[in-house]
Parts: sequence; C-alpha cells; structure tokens
Amino acid sequence: MKQGILAKNPSVLIFLAILALFTIVVTFGSEAYGAGFVSTSFVKTLGKTLCLCLAALAMDLIWGYAGILSLGHMAFFALGGYLIGMWLMYARTEEIVVAAMAQDALPATAEEIRQGIATQIFGVVGSSDLPVIWHFAHSLPIQLALVVLVPGLLALAFGWLAFRARVTGVYLSILTQAMTLALALYLFQNDSGLRGNNGLSGLQNLPGLGDVGQDRLSIWFFWASALGLGLAYVALSGVVGGKFGSVIRAIRDDEARVRFLGYSVESYKLFVFTLTAVICAFAGVLYYPQAGIINPAELAPIASIYLAVWVAIGGRGRLYGAVIGAAFVSLMSSLFTGGRVPAIDLGILRIDWVDWWQVLLGVVFVLVTLFAPKGIGGLFDLVLHRRSPDRKGAPLGPEDSALREKEALE
Amino acid sequence: MSSILEVSGISVTFDGFRAINNLSFSIGPAELRAIIGPNGAGKSTFMDIVTGKTRPDQGSVVFGERSLNCLRMSEAQIARAGIGRKFQRPTVFEDQTVTENLTLALKAPRGPLRVLGWKKKPVDQSRIEALAAQVGLGDQLARKSGELSHGQKQWLEIGMLLAQEPRVLLVDEPAAGMTLAEREQTTAMLVEMAKTRAVVVVEHDMEFIRRLNCKVTVLHEGAVLAEGSLDHVTRNPAVIDVYLGRG
Repeated sequence: MKQGILAKNPSVLIFLAILALFTIVVTFGSEAYGAGFVSTSFVKTLGKTLCLCLAALAMDLIWGYAGILSLGHMAFFALGGYLIGMWLMYARTEEIVVAAMAQDALPATAEEIRQGIATQIFGVVGSSDLPVIWHFAHSLPIQLALVVLVPGLLALAFGWLAFRARVTGVYLSILTQAMTLALALYLFQNDSGLRGNNGLSGLQNLPGLGDVGQDRLSIWFFWASALGLGLAYVALSGVVGGKFGSVIRAIRDDEARVRFLGYSVESYKLFVFTLTAVICAFAGVLYYPQAGIINPAELAPIASIYLAVWVAIGGRGRLYGAVIGAAFVSLMSSLFTGGRVPAIDLGILRIDWVDWWQVLLGVVFVLVTLFAPKGIGGLFDLVLHRRSPDRKGAPLGPEDSALREKEALE
Repeated sequence: MSSILEVSGISVTFDGFRAINNLSFSIGPAELRAIIGPNGAGKSTFMDIVTGKTRPDQGSVVFGERSLNCLRMSEAQIARAGIGRKFQRPTVFEDQTVTENLTLALKAPRGPLRVLGWKKKPVDQSRIEALAAQVGLGDQLARKSGELSHGQKQWLEIGMLLAQEPRVLLVDEPAAGMTLAEREQTTAMLVEMAKTRAVVVVEHDMEFIRRLNCKVTVLHEGAVLAEGSLDHVTRNPAVIDVYLGRG
C-alpha cells in the first residue's frame, strides 16, 4: 500500500511524458520561443484543443465512470469563459478609457472612468449602464472565485433537483440539454447584461500586457492549458483509481444495488456533477482567452453533444480515451473545416469537406457506437491483450442484473 | 424476547391490487426465520418495504434498540443502519474485481468525501482476504467478478453481505441455482450467521427449509397465514389448502 499513484497507474506516467514532450516540441517550434515552424494561430488551436481535452476529462468522469450522460456540460465551460471574459474585457477597456481620458485637461474621476467603460462595452447593445452582474468585473480574484461559485452552484442546484427526483438516463440528458438551451436563449437577449449575441470579444488581449505580442501570449496560454490538463489528469486518476471510482462505476452499472450497500447514490451523483461542472468552467477560463471571443452560441446544445461524441470516439471509462478522442476529433475538425482538404469530385456529387465533415463525423460516431463501443482507447486493450470477460447470451435487463440468458437457465 | 425488527400492520396497494394486507412480523436479534408462500403472496414486496424500496400506505417498520423508524429513511440509510439484503439473482459489480466488490461492501463511512479520502489499511486487506476465503474465493481476489461462475457470484454476494456486517439479513431464495453441496454449505452458513444476527430467508424449497430447522412464517395474499415450526405449519389445513396442496 506504499505505492504512489504513479506506480499504480502507469498510464498516468505515460500520459504526462507525452504531454511534456508535446509541450516542449510546440514551444521550440513556436514563433516566439523557437524555430517558428508552428504558427501562432496553430499554437492557439493546440492550446484550445488541450482545454477541450480537459473538458472531455470531466465528461468522461461523469459519463464514462458515473454513467450520467450530461448534455449540458459545455454550458459550464462557456460560463467559465464568460466570467473570465468579463474581467478581461473590463480591465482592458479600463486601460483604453484611462489612456484616452489622460488627454483631457481635468483628471478623470473614478465615476467618469466607470461610465466610460460602460459606454465602451455596452454601446453595442444600446446601453451605457454597467449591469449589476458586472459589479465585480474589475477584480480578477473575485471573478476567478465566481468561476468556481457560479457554475458550481448552478450545477449543485440543478443536480440536487434532478437527482433527488431520481431522474436518470435519457430523461436526465434531455433535462441537461434544456438547461444549456435555456441559458443560451437567455444570453442571446440584449438585456441579459452580457451583450446579447455580440458576446464578449477582444479576450486575447491581456490587461497590463499590451506590449507582449500574441506570439508569446499564445505560448503562455498553451503552457497553462497543458499544466491544467496534466494536473487534472493526475487528480482525476487518483479519484477514479480509488474506492470513490469504484463506487461511481458501481452506480453506473447498478445503482439500486449500491443503495442497498448503504451508499447515498444521489450525493455521489451530485458530487460528481458539481465537480465536473467546475472542471469544465476552468477549461473555459483557459480556452476563451485563446479563442478571443465568446458568444451565446457557445452554449448551444450541439457543443455539449460534441463533447459526448469526443468521449465516445475516444473511449469512455478511461481517462486517456477522453483526451485522445477530444484531441483527435477536434483537430480533425479544424483540419476538415479549414478548407484545405481537397474536395472529392464524384461527378454527380462533389464532396466538399467543409460541408461533409459533419456527415463523416456522424457516420463515425454511429459506427463507433455500434461496432467499437470502447472507442479508440480500445485499441490499447488489443495491444495489451486485455480482454473483457466473454459472456455468452444476452443480458436479461437491468432488473435481472448480473444474470445472462444462458446462466439463468442453469 | 425483544425484537430487532418490528413490522406492524403494513398495507400497500399497487394500482388497486393489495399486495400487502395488514401484515405484521417481528424477529429477534439472533434468530433464523424462513418465509414461505405461493407466488404473489407478497414476499418480495415485504422485503422491498423493509429495505425502503417501497413505501407502505400504512403501518410501521421499526428497527433496532433505538427504534428507528424505517419508513422515514432512504434505502441507503436503512442499509447503513444495518439491514442487508441478498437478491435472488447474484448482483455483483461485474466490471470490478472480487477485491473491489468486497471493498465496496466493507463496513466503512459511506459519504462521498469520506470515501474520496479512504485509504485501504492492512487491516482492511486482511479482512477482505478473510472474507474471500470464507466464501471460497480466496484465490480469485484479482479476477473480475463478471468472469466468475453463477455459484461463485452467489458466494461473492454473500461475502459482500458479511462485509457489511448487517444486524438483519434478508435473503431471497439463497439456494436457487445451487448444487446440492453448495446448498448444504449455504445452510450451514445461514445457521451460523443467525447466531449473531437476525436472518430472514425467503425460500420455495421445502427441503432446504427443513434443513434450516427454524420457525416458519407462511404468507398468503399479503398477510401472515400461519407461523410456527415447519411441522406445525404444514399440518395447518389453511396452509395445505393454499400452498402445499397446490405445490
């Protein structure tokens, strides 16, 4: 029992080694710190991909391990983005306003500056007042605390209502999707206080770092994203590797039985739901300064469905599967939708990948679900000759639990 | 003798069908009891009520010296208070090893944060090994329980029940699907367990009940029809009429 977490999970060590190697290669290939064969925009794409991997880790914890198919986790991701975006936009606008007012004869008062910022930010939606929710936007520590509190409390309240009522399976998925849709529709309104469908922009400019070029900033964010992913991977390996992981996998497989063992299934679901929501929010905090812009479309249900697709293709129920799935699919997605993949001309039909990529992804998703439920991660099992128990007969259904057709006849 | 589980006057109706009708039942802290009855007599519903899965329309279920009202507790709370349940079919977590299954069942704090910080101590490991040995799975600890045979899964589940250290044990048809030798072993184990706790066995097999050599409660149409020794109840004309005669 003296073994550390690394010795127990060789995959963690391998994962960290690959992540470190990848970070080093990108750093020395970047325009700011190396040979320059990795363009700044591609560094940003890679950094964003790492953030998506982080969100996928959270999705794997809640879906792959705890068996709760949430189709609303990207809402927490976007909320994190909005919360950091508020500070970025406020502080950056403050710099501009202060610089502009420095030309004036009279020194600007704090009230004038605040008014100037409000006009700058909200002129686009025809308002010049700072909404109440921007009250703490001037303070980075408070906004970061809100990154934990807002998505955390939302997940807690939503999860408490849903799990206490024992909403499970597809009904829960629909409910989470309704949540993210409702949030998106609300944010689309101009009077939501977050600039409606304009969203928040200019997030790539860090306040106080105006003289640092995007080439360097992109690498810094890339490092931060890699660090976040690495830390989350180690922490979550610890969570799923111990007794807690055992309990949530048991809940996934037979929650009634877990209740009769004395575990409060609802508390566990609520805990995992809230934890993963906060992880997603942090992924969003790292993602949106690299994306530069956030708008309510980011909360559309499709974003959360993509998250589920990545995890499914990568292989759920294993952390590296989620990371591989998110990285692979989102990079392929930017490749195919980037318009650089040559179109295939079939005479009557021209397959232009920008349009057909989603069809391809959909087909792959269906095929993976039908024929390779373990996803890409399952390939590692093939290599390592690790097989699932080969049990003949169809399952008898949840009520009959463990028993299979053939065994029931005995 | 004071009782550890006192069920009095419970009734439950499903869509107009009265599954349990003013049923009362009590069992002492170290007693073995068999429940028999034809299909639909309410045996499973009775277990569901005691373990908190089904709420009765009326009546009370009181457990332990502190007279806990089970009707106000969730399934998990009832299980933590000390009522264990063994299902008819083995329900083990197939995707997890024998060790993991036993660890889940092991008596320990059940809250998420306590479980998150839980570390297996040497005493836990030796307890798991002892339990596995007791149910004949001593050399299967690292195997996934999905790979075990039907009988071995039954044993693993019994091991998990022992690990929970319940004070009342509800066992649904323990002998189903077992070989003769396994049945004898099960009988011995149930008798042994009943020396320190209350054990309620629901069973169809008369031969098995005879071997348990304990007080028998006969259920019929959701109520107690007769209670006493096996010979006593099998002589009861009402019992012969509704159950044995048709069997």
